[in-house]
Amino acid sequence: MNKIFEVRGLSKIYGPGCPLCIESTGPDADTNICPHCGSVVAIHDVSFDLFEGEILGLMGESGSGKSTVVKCLYFDQPPSSGEAVFFDRDRQHELFALNAAQQRWLRNHRFGMVYQNPHLGLNFNISAGGNIAERLLMSDLMDYGAIRARARELLARTEVLLSRMDELPKNFSGGMQQRVQIAKALATQPPLLFLDEVTTGLDLSVQARILDLILEIQQELKTAMIVVTHDLGVIRLLTGRALVMKYGRIIEAGLTDQILEDPQHAYTQRLVASAL
Amino acid sequence: MKPPVLQVEGYSKHFELHEQGKLIPSSHNVNFSVHAGELTALIGPTGAGKSSVLKGIYRTYLPSSGRMLYRDANGRELDLAQAGEHQILELRRWEIGFVTQFLHCLPRQATLDVVAQPLFALGAAREEAREQAAELLAAMNLPQRLWSVSPATFSGGEKQRVNLARGFIAKPRLLLLDEPTASLDPATAERVIALIEGLKANGTAMLAIFHHPEVTGRLADRVVELSPPPAIEELLKEIA
Repeated sequence: MNKIFEVRGLSKIYGPGCPLCIESTGPDADTNICPHCGSVVAIHDVSFDLFEGEILGLMGESGSGKSTVVKCLYFDQPPSSGEAVFFDRDRQHELFALNAAQQRWLRNHRFGMVYQNPHLGLNFNISAGGNIAERLLMSDLMDYGAIRARARELLARTEVLLSRMDELPKNFSGGMQQRVQIAKALATQPPLLFLDEVTTGLDLSVQARILDLILEIQQELKTAMIVVTHDLGVIRLLTGRALVMKYGRIIEAGLTDQILEDPQHAYTQRLVASAL
Repeated sequence: MKPPVLQVEGYSKHFELHEQGKLIPSSHNVNFSVHAGELTALIGPTGAGKSSVLKGIYRTYLPSSGRMLYRDANGRELDLAQAGEHQILELRRWEIGFVTQFLHCLPRQATLDVVAQPLFALGAAREEAREQAAELLAAMNLPQRLWSVSPATFSGGEKQRVNLARGFIAKPRLLLLDEPTASLDPATAERVIALIEGLKANGTAMLAIFHHPEVTGRLADRVVELSPPPAIEELLKEIA
């Protein structure tokens, strides 16, 4: 198995920051707000590896920093410090050393993102098919017929009714918007996909279909994924390994079934014991 | 004689519950080996940590101490207690199977797909994998009308058969079985026993816990008796 992603010492601080920020925050301090300067230490010293075709879970309660990790890696926000290397076929990219154009190229061609809120991932002013076309255009596919065919194929794959391809996503149900978002993210067949709370807020039957779809895609396309969720059920069903975060720090990392059945950290033990 | 597939030396497992400030002892100083084409059975009273041994080998539990030397298909030896997470995941995919007493699967997934899942994960063609799943389910006497529905509403014995079929389908080199015949009627248990014998004959090394002593007697090539763990005070002295 090959490594596709290597993240080392990723940190993100909102605010001015001061020399005491790190030692005054975290699970032991029971806060992520620095009492000295008021900065929010969203994440600190996050490190992990991701292998080809692997699904890694990022779990933790609201405010633990799990979404911030993904936002930094997808270039939605620059980190305060840290490194991330993306191994792409025979090349490797040091994400935060790239210029804006190079970062945009990776984002459009090699990464995919599915947000909890479809408004972030979809353009609501253009049709479902148009959304996919937009991403294909960004990745340099220019032929109208080819774009249209690829969009149909993707929407069929994610089980969006083709008869609604030319409708605006605002007319769709939440589950369908999420499937269009997944189709859009997959349009360029990215080797790396970020999924941020993709099933949160959907009703249970829709959740099941989306999870099933994600697993099928992973098995067919060997897409590596980072799945952010606070739902232990999603973690159990989708991921092989998981990281547990609290106040911006990774407090435990391991095989998913081990984390759920034999958690080592006091916080994880409480989290797992509170699951319904 | 060929070296064992698995050699467990001094395996112990205890749980440290931080919130309650408690130490819960489970398996204690367990030693045994498992060989290709043979079945090693773990016996002992409830609470002796039999299941904890299986979970430790599969790394669902983090072993507290001991070595678990596994010889892989290429003849390389590695200590499962120390192996990296990706190494364990690869072994689970290709070599080590585990049939627990509980069935975890995607909601609403058809039984046939639940059983074929390990083959999907190995990249097998979907239809071919489903055919193999159907064969196994037929061999286990699971009515065909159930194959296309999710096992969520199945009875205990039906779920157990789905779980067993999923564990058998990829023909693992090492198979861990936790009470595989516990909730089956005698006729179905016989079919499962026949399948276990078939896997053994094909060279699978097995480590099992059986509910019924007579099944242990029929299937086991080696029997290992686990004694209950020592009292907490003793255990604390040992790990101190």
